[in-house]
Amino acid sequence: MSEFHDIAVKINGRSYERRVAVRMNLADFLRHELGLTGTHVGCEHGACGACTVLVDGRSARSCLMLAAQADGCELETVEGLAGETDLNPLQQAFWDRHGLQCGFCTPGILMTLTELLRDTPNADEAAIRAALSGHLCRCTGYQNIVAAALAVAGKT
Amino acid sequence: MKAAPFEYHVPRELHRALDLMAQLEDARVLAGGQSLMPMLNLRLASPRHLVDLNRIAELSGIREEGDAVVFGAMTRQRAIEFSEVVARKLPLFAEAVRSVGHRQTRNRGTIGGSLCHLDPAAELPAACMAMDAILRVQSTRASREIAMRDFPAGFMTPSLQPGEILTGIVLPPWTGRVGTAFLEYARRHGDFAVVSVAVLLELDARAQISRASVTLGGVAAGPVRMAEAERALIGKRLDEAAIAAAARLCGQIEAMGDPFVPAWYRQQLARTLSERALRIALERAVA
Amino acid sequence: MSAQRIIGARARRVEDPALLRGEGVYVDDIACPGVLHAAFARSPHAHARITRFPVEELKAMPGVVAVLTAAELASEMTSVLMPPQFPSSSLPPGAGSYVLAPKEVCYVGEPVLMVVAESRALAEDAVAAAEVDYEPLAAVVDAAAAGAPDGPKVREGIASNLLTRFKVGYGAVSEAFASAPHVYRERYWQHRGVAHPIEGRGVLARPEPGSRKLTVWSSTQMSNLLHSMLVDVLGADEDDIRVIAPAVGGGFGCKYLVYPEELAVAAAARKLGRPVKWVEDRCEHFMAAIHERDQYWDVEIAVDANAKVLALRGSLIHDQGAYTPQGFHASYNSASSITGPYVVPAYEIDVQVMQTNKTPVQPVRGAGYPQAAFVMERLIDRVARELELDRAEVRSRNLITPDRMPYPKKLKNRSGAELVIDGGDYPKCQALGLERIGYAGFLARQKAARAEGRYLGIGFAHAVKPTGRGPYEMARVRVSTSGRVTVYAGAMEMGQGIKTSLAQVCAEQLAVPLERIEVTAGDSAYIPAGFGGFGSRQAIFCASAVHLAALAVRNKAIRAAATLLEAAESDLELKDGRVVVKGVPGHGISLGDISRKLRGAPGYALPGGVTPILEADASFQLDLQAFANAFHACEVEVDPGTGHVSLLRYVAVQDSGRLINPLIAEGQVHGGVVHGIGNALFEWMRYDEQGQPITTTFADYLLPTATEVPNIEVLFVETPSTTNPLGVKGLGEAATIAVAPAVIAAVENALEPFGVHINEAPLTPVRVLELIRNSNPERKLP
Repeated sequence: MSEFHDIAVKINGRSYERRVAVRMNLADFLRHELGLTGTHVGCEHGACGACTVLVDGRSARSCLMLAAQADGCELETVEGLAGETDLNPLQQAFWDRHGLQCGFCTPGILMTLTELLRDTPNADEAAIRAALSGHLCRCTGYQNIVAAALAVAGKT
Repeated sequence: MKAAPFEYHVPRELHRALDLMAQLEDARVLAGGQSLMPMLNLRLASPRHLVDLNRIAELSGIREEGDAVVFGAMTRQRAIEFSEVVARKLPLFAEAVRSVGHRQTRNRGTIGGSLCHLDPAAELPAACMAMDAILRVQSTRASREIAMRDFPAGFMTPSLQPGEILTGIVLPPWTGRVGTAFLEYARRHGDFAVVSVAVLLELDARAQISRASVTLGGVAAGPVRMAEAERALIGKRLDEAAIAAAARLCGQIEAMGDPFVPAWYRQQLARTLSERALRIALERAVA
Repeated sequence: MSAQRIIGARARRVEDPALLRGEGVYVDDIACPGVLHAAFARSPHAHARITRFPVEELKAMPGVVAVLTAAELASEMTSVLMPPQFPSSSLPPGAGSYVLAPKEVCYVGEPVLMVVAESRALAEDAVAAAEVDYEPLAAVVDAAAAGAPDGPKVREGIASNLLTRFKVGYGAVSEAFASAPHVYRERYWQHRGVAHPIEGRGVLARPEPGSRKLTVWSSTQMSNLLHSMLVDVLGADEDDIRVIAPAVGGGFGCKYLVYPEELAVAAAARKLGRPVKWVEDRCEHFMAAIHERDQYWDVEIAVDANAKVLALRGSLIHDQGAYTPQGFHASYNSASSITGPYVVPAYEIDVQVMQTNKTPVQPVRGAGYPQAAFVMERLIDRVARELELDRAEVRSRNLITPDRMPYPKKLKNRSGAELVIDGGDYPKCQALGLERIGYAGFLARQKAARAEGRYLGIGFAHAVKPTGRGPYEMARVRVSTSGRVTVYAGAMEMGQGIKTSLAQVCAEQLAVPLERIEVTAGDSAYIPAGFGGFGSRQAIFCASAVHLAALAVRNKAIRAAATLLEAAESDLELKDGRVVVKGVPGHGISLGDISRKLRGAPGYALPGGVTPILEADASFQLDLQAFANAFHACEVEVDPGTGHVSLLRYVAVQDSGRLINPLIAEGQVHGGVVHGIGNALFEWMRYDEQGQPITTTFADYLLPTATEVPNIEVLFVETPSTTNPLGVKGLGEAATIAVAPAVIAAVENALEPFGVHINEAPLTPVRVLELIRNSNPERKLP
């Protein structure tokens, strides 16, 4: 009801309680309040997908959610994907197949593909490209991103 | 850009939301946020109050009421996309929702938000128009129902009174020997349609068309039912000539033009897409 | 893998693990306690006089720390005019903008006022409330009409919108045209696009407490040039300013410029004595990061009866936008490159660089070459059509053949050096591409499809790109006592994997695994001068400099080891991070131990009489360019009911000389082609008749997404360049240039039954149907 709102969120398994400005979007909250700067901001109008995170397991543009709306939610961000020493299989496939160049759009894309491959472990190229259509990448032409996802889906 | 300041309200019950909408000056409802949030971030909208409906459990869900399927206004597009009931009873809807935005936006975006935002090219309003949806609306004063036909009041303007909230959408399924098709042309996968067409056909025992619904999206401020084309189809056996005649009528719609898309192009798309959609719907009806 | 053959290996990138973990540090990720946030009020008019700045009332707004105009910044700067960034004596005064416009604005998006506040949101609140008063002036929007003598002018007080006019050419053009059996004339047009790295621009400036020192992080392609400009503009000493390019989220040309915002933020940080940050939002990128491609061409080609080109002539109007921050090299590139891979005995072009009240134009990936290739390739297709010859055959008859290499183009580059193609096998590239796409069987495919009412088309195009501009780059290679190798380079990593490539070049000499090599790039504290990443130059310049430095370290290690191991230098080799006696792998010394020995001991001579520490500096200097080339072929299907173009297949044959890392090279080609697809079919930065940009979100300006682009089949031909020790040529832009002409040719071919001819890009579905309607009334759509 005021300028601030108290929230409790779980991010990558860790609990946070914070008082947030109500106009702060979720991406800015993750980045600037919690220092989770792996989630990137590319357009702030919900078109580029760089800020994609998982909210209760579902991919969402974090620039299109208020931080206040995440209260009580479980979030997953790129920082939660890898183990202590090893990349996870999707990250490893991106590395092996040169699925990234400047790396700015990569965290959001990894989160979308994480959701897709959980739902559809054997996703085909059409499904992968459809899921990726919610992301803009200027470097890769998408080809090696698709190849990396197909590798994880056991299609190559 | 960052949103201008606003006050944020997050009611847990519908009546609280209605109270807030009745009391607050310059308040806007926040549904899935996939259209309003960009406008806030770009400072194209700067309401004093945001009333967030996302915590109101009673506003979401897909139910069957008799023959009808009822969507809570806050039902996520994703829930519609993967609903068994929708796939079974509303195949047109199931097809239309797959063209709405992207996976990431369908996870958050709601049917009610899409209807109230009322983008001329949006898919779900076109599907609702095609199926003669009934919209349930409430305020602290009253509840009422609005026929989808009467819902668009102007460019991106629904016919809601101050303080009213869209709560549910009632869709009467078509049963019997029915074929439906939703087709659109968008520049890229997931973009708003330039033009979309929704077709429902019912065939009688003699394979003649006993009922027809043809709706164009993207051509005018709201989705448009093509009454002439529908009339032209009734009683016909759907052959290439009948399809072409109906499509020609669709192509004659008085379409809007803008700096990107001239009216004649929308007319051309209306004709092309309706012809293709009629053919698909017929194939599905006889299948 | 053997470290000795690491050049040419498909090595995974050293950049990636951190980026994949979300640990890449881009400029907005840098933790900086106490940082203030800047936002800019920008002109809403294409052209206007500023009559009032609302400074005082904004200062009272919540969280606002400072409200700065050009007048307020003047105390911190030697000049509030942006200095010209490349030497160009022909630029008239006023061709560059101010840091903040003091009295006149010349494009929508031009910064006029800067608010510094405790948060970005608060700074934007003040910008939103800023009522700068303007008196609108008539705007110049269309470059083709900008030359009208009585029309509006881009800036008050200038006599003409023509920035410069020049001719480029050689040979007896008029004579060739006078006697030519066939002459064809065409007009071509390409519209502007925006670079759109997914990370926009951004800058953070932090004054170091207790000193006049300033550290500046910028998302830039040119950290050294930003450094030297800051030194000049802030009146500082070189050592007082340090510029660091952190992780950069793509550049594509738009970050190869020092922008007003970078100088304003640095000046503000100095003035306020506090760190200040500005991160560009996407709307700002649309309006205030440079654009490129608008050109109008009117050209004639003369050919003989056998379709051999005799001469080419015409005129070019290049839309420069409102200012010329760097120079007019994009237009010069176009003018000097149009002949591409072809033998053109005589050529002349008359170039007018015209100013308009739109966002300034400087090179975006391709830099003038895409437009020129579009014109030439479309002309060749026209010749084929007129003479009823196969398009591939007409190309074959005119290509420069390998036996004529090196081939002097009889043209000079913009710095006056002769343009000489160092090498390349254009006929081979064409043959490979046509074979891969199945050109021989295409007519049958097309015929069968047409019988089903489907319209298939095939198109192809060549591209030639002189890559790598000098004059030099510098590098340092150092081996630590742990055996770890550090490479310092003036290179800029912005996605192209240059750190990996430099590590590979270093590893090739020092025989250490890639993970033992760390590359530091884009930090003025380590490499004092250089030119950063533009013009597909870093593999040539930075890698050659690293190669020379690594070679010097290798020689030094061997000389020291010869003394330490009591062996002849010629008996030693480097293996697995050690210098060993050939054939006796157990007898050797690690590079780390040599490094320790070369740190020395008090009073003792260094082994082998070498200079201290295991380190070497090198620079690589070159004024020639290495000519990369490409041949692209694609197959499309056009839907005449909607105007939609589907890309069915795309083949890219690229010759960028010797490849340091084919995995990276393929990725560069994929991205370059998709950028070209954007230019051909999707991307169009549009303005209305008043000069208002009307495509300022990603909903209106369309970048290709994963569902619009095909898999790109990449084939490499490797003709080593003779210009540098590694034999490499540039790559980043060479894959973009041939795309638009290949795609448009394919669409034209698909629509052959309608008699459609296409002389423009981008080509929207609306335009496809319009062309069908206009082309041939008898064959109009049903």
